[in-house]
Amino acid sequence: MTLLAVDDVAKAFGAVAAVAGVSLSVAAGERVALIGPNGAGKTTCFNIINGQLRPDRGRVAFDGRDVTGWRPRALARRGVGRTFQISQTFPSLTVRENVQMAMAAHGGRGAAIGRPLRRLDPAGADAVLERVGLRADGDRGAGALAYGDAKRLELAMVLAQSPTLLLMDEPTAGMAADERHQLMDLVSRLAREEGIGLLFTEHDMDVVFGHADRIVVLDRGRVIAAGDPAAVRADETVRRVYLGLDDA
Amino acid sequence: MDSLIGTLRLLAEEPSFAVAQALTGLAGASSLFLVSAGLTIVFGVTRVVNFAHGSFFMVGAYVAVSAITLVGFWPGMLVAALAVGALGVAVEVGILRRIYRAPELFQLLATFGLVLVIQDATLWLWGPEDRMGPRAPGLRGAVDVLGQPVPLYDLFLIAVGPLVLALLWLVFRRTRWGVLVRAATADREMTAALGVDQKRLFTGVFALGALLAGLGGALQVPREAANLHMDLNVIAEAFVVVVVGGMGSIVGAYLAAVLIGVVHAFGVLLFPKLTLVLVFLIMAAVLVVRPAGLLGEAPVPAGGGHGTGEPPLRPASPLLKLAGAALLVLLALLPLATEGYALVLMVDVLALALFAASLHFLMGVGGMISFGHAAYFGIGAYGAALAAKYLAAPMELALAFAPLAAAVAGLAFGWLCGRASGVYLAMLSLAFAQIAWSVAVQWLEVTGGDNGILGLWPSPWAAGPGAYYYLTLGLTTAGLLAIRWLAHTPFGQSLRAGRDSPRRAEALGMSVGARQWAAVAVAGAFAGLAGGLFAYAKGSVFPSFLAISRSVDGLVMVLLGGVQSLTGPIVGAIAYIGLADQLVRGVEYWRLVLGATIILLAVAFRGGLAGIAIRRAGAP
Ligand SMILES: Nc1ncnc2c1ncn2[C@@H]1O[C@H](COP(=O)(O)OP(=O)(O)OP(=O)(O)O)[C@@H](O)[C@H]1O
Ligand SMILES: [Mg+2]
Repeated sequence: MTLLAVDDVAKAFGAVAAVAGVSLSVAAGERVALIGPNGAGKTTCFNIINGQLRPDRGRVAFDGRDVTGWRPRALARRGVGRTFQISQTFPSLTVRENVQMAMAAHGGRGAAIGRPLRRLDPAGADAVLERVGLRADGDRGAGALAYGDAKRLELAMVLAQSPTLLLMDEPTAGMAADERHQLMDLVSRLAREEGIGLLFTEHDMDVVFGHADRIVVLDRGRVIAAGDPAAVRADETVRRVYLGLDDA
Repeated sequence: MDSLIGTLRLLAEEPSFAVAQALTGLAGASSLFLVSAGLTIVFGVTRVVNFAHGSFFMVGAYVAVSAITLVGFWPGMLVAALAVGALGVAVEVGILRRIYRAPELFQLLATFGLVLVIQDATLWLWGPEDRMGPRAPGLRGAVDVLGQPVPLYDLFLIAVGPLVLALLWLVFRRTRWGVLVRAATADREMTAALGVDQKRLFTGVFALGALLAGLGGALQVPREAANLHMDLNVIAEAFVVVVVGGMGSIVGAYLAAVLIGVVHAFGVLLFPKLTLVLVFLIMAAVLVVRPAGLLGEAPVPAGGGHGTGEPPLRPASPLLKLAGAALLVLLALLPLATEGYALVLMVDVLALALFAASLHFLMGVGGMISFGHAAYFGIGAYGAALAAKYLAAPMELALAFAPLAAAVAGLAFGWLCGRASGVYLAMLSLAFAQIAWSVAVQWLEVTGGDNGILGLWPSPWAAGPGAYYYLTLGLTTAGLLAIRWLAHTPFGQSLRAGRDSPRRAEALGMSVGARQWAAVAVAGAFAGLAGGLFAYAKGSVFPSFLAISRSVDGLVMVLLGGVQSLTGPIVGAIAYIGLADQLVRGVEYWRLVLGATIILLAVAFRGGLAGIAIRRAGAP
């Protein structure tokens, strides 16, 4: 079942056509990697899908509904989770409270005044932290986390909202090689077991070819190739534009 | 109402009258433009909103009055502009340079402290009387425009605006220095990387901005006597101009100055008591259509995430709880030990502690900077007083009405400024408070003007000093505990979260704007309650309740206590009123002392008293 369908979206910043007509789709339980050189338009695509940016043209459909131009918070309530290229957490809250905040927002209690946030299902929050390996850090201030840990915390916050579609912009940047695969293993398992659709960008080709069911290659705002990993690896244009670095 | 219709009829029947009025407005716009242009240029490059910019304008006017008697009119103008430019250099090198990397709040505070320092320095140098300047030689008469006399000097001023605009345009397009300034405005990091001497560039830009403000003040001398209120009056309007025009846009500033100037000129005719309200409504209308102002670009929500932020909120430690309980017991026993003045003073301290805590909720928890929080304090006080006077409400009802009135004002302000944030919000909050103040002063029939509203009596059961003290203690304690509670709930924590990373908060499904709006109303309500308590303690209300100095009181208390700590404002209020206030107000030039203290706090001791305590305790 198609979860996300992006149809010919485009976005220009002044004279720069950051995204110039991109179409792609993600099915439930499917892992799609969006790759391409720096400045190819990957983050801009994410921003369009997630409602941070309104596309100049094109449509975004999620779960069979046209959601073009919806705000990020409306999409979040429908089940779209997103992590940012430069991880965004709440550094003035503890690690556990970051997750509790996400849980509260998910449960419609994001502005409740009945009891302190830290009393809101701490066990549930710890269970989510456990999944990303941050359980021991619950009481620390989130601002004190190392960069890779902040990325994991951001994932935990998104997972706490049980999304059906997960958008991850360079989820493993700043992590060591074994940590990368651990994290992607976790996400892959979620996709498989819970049918979450996953769209991610990544510069590490090991991660891409090891964890994607399908790959979409972007260059200068356009899709230059798409298909399963083997097909993309063999694609001439892709080799020249992107993987071509290896040939040199 | 009749006079309004009369004026409208006059304007309709005599178009020449309307033209003359428009010309007056345009003449007023020129000075306003000079000030606003300086403000906007400085902001564009340094990202600092200079609250003291109106003070430069005032100093320009005073220096001009003195210089004219020594060297003649036109050279006097030049001397004034150059002198203020030099003052700008001193300020930039002495203070601003040290805080470019500091959080916004501290930058704003430092320049705010400067306002106070310059005010007292001006008082000391020129005395309290208004200083009338001479007319401009050669431009004394008036010319006939459609049968209406228009002062020649006004026509000259009308020409000055576009002239300065053209000059600035030449400087920024045709000189290397100007190109560098524009590059720095567009991208600060980039210019730094290009190896431009940023320090000199910043100093130069600040000097130019100050010079323009000084010139604006000097040019105003033939129209208006130099006086000690010029600084805040002009800065409030300049803020509106800069926001309407778009931060950083000089042409936008000119357009907005003309708009505001003309609206002002007609407003004086049509709604003489509410001109500032009219100006504010115009601004709101522009912001609804163009959130970043006429020619401004939308500010990019920054923020994020990593390595920044404040320490997390922790539940009160047993020690803190014990200290709080001990303090409460002591305060409860106080009436046994003393009857007279000490109790009266303590009522002030308590009400102001609540006021400071409400401001802290807005700034420290919500991350919204307010330089006009006294508006809510005053609206609460006036709300109670008006309810008592016109509805014959008993004290209990009037005190309940106070937070309600202030919360409604908060909702209105939040709605008008819903899209503003950061420095915009700080500027608008000051403008809002100035307007509330001017309504209190000008709307004689309702508010009694400067005479205020007298004769507020507590209900019989609370009439004695001891009884009223207990009432205040009870309500203040409840208020402080409620604020503390709110900070820890999902509501309060999500405010802090939204401040940390608005993008993250929105992407998790939270509306940052709605929360902030609610927070303004909540903080307003508690400030209003404090105002109501204060009003009944004094038995009267006066415009000074909503004056800028009251807002400054709140800021100093919050800062003194430390922005990052929930106990900060309480400690700050006690320290400020108990010690500083008594010491400082005994000194003749207390503003100078206070301003210097604020600057010092902002430049050197950003954690406040609580921060010092934490540093001590945390030291190995
Ligand atoms: N807000 C913006 N304003 C102007 N230009 C932008 C903006 N955002 C992105 N761009 C430009 O759009 C193009 C695509 O940027 P984008 O961030 O989408 O690339 P990316 O594929 O995510 O790159 P990276 O791998 O470096 O993250 C770039 O040329 C970038 O400079
Ligand atoms: Mg990117």
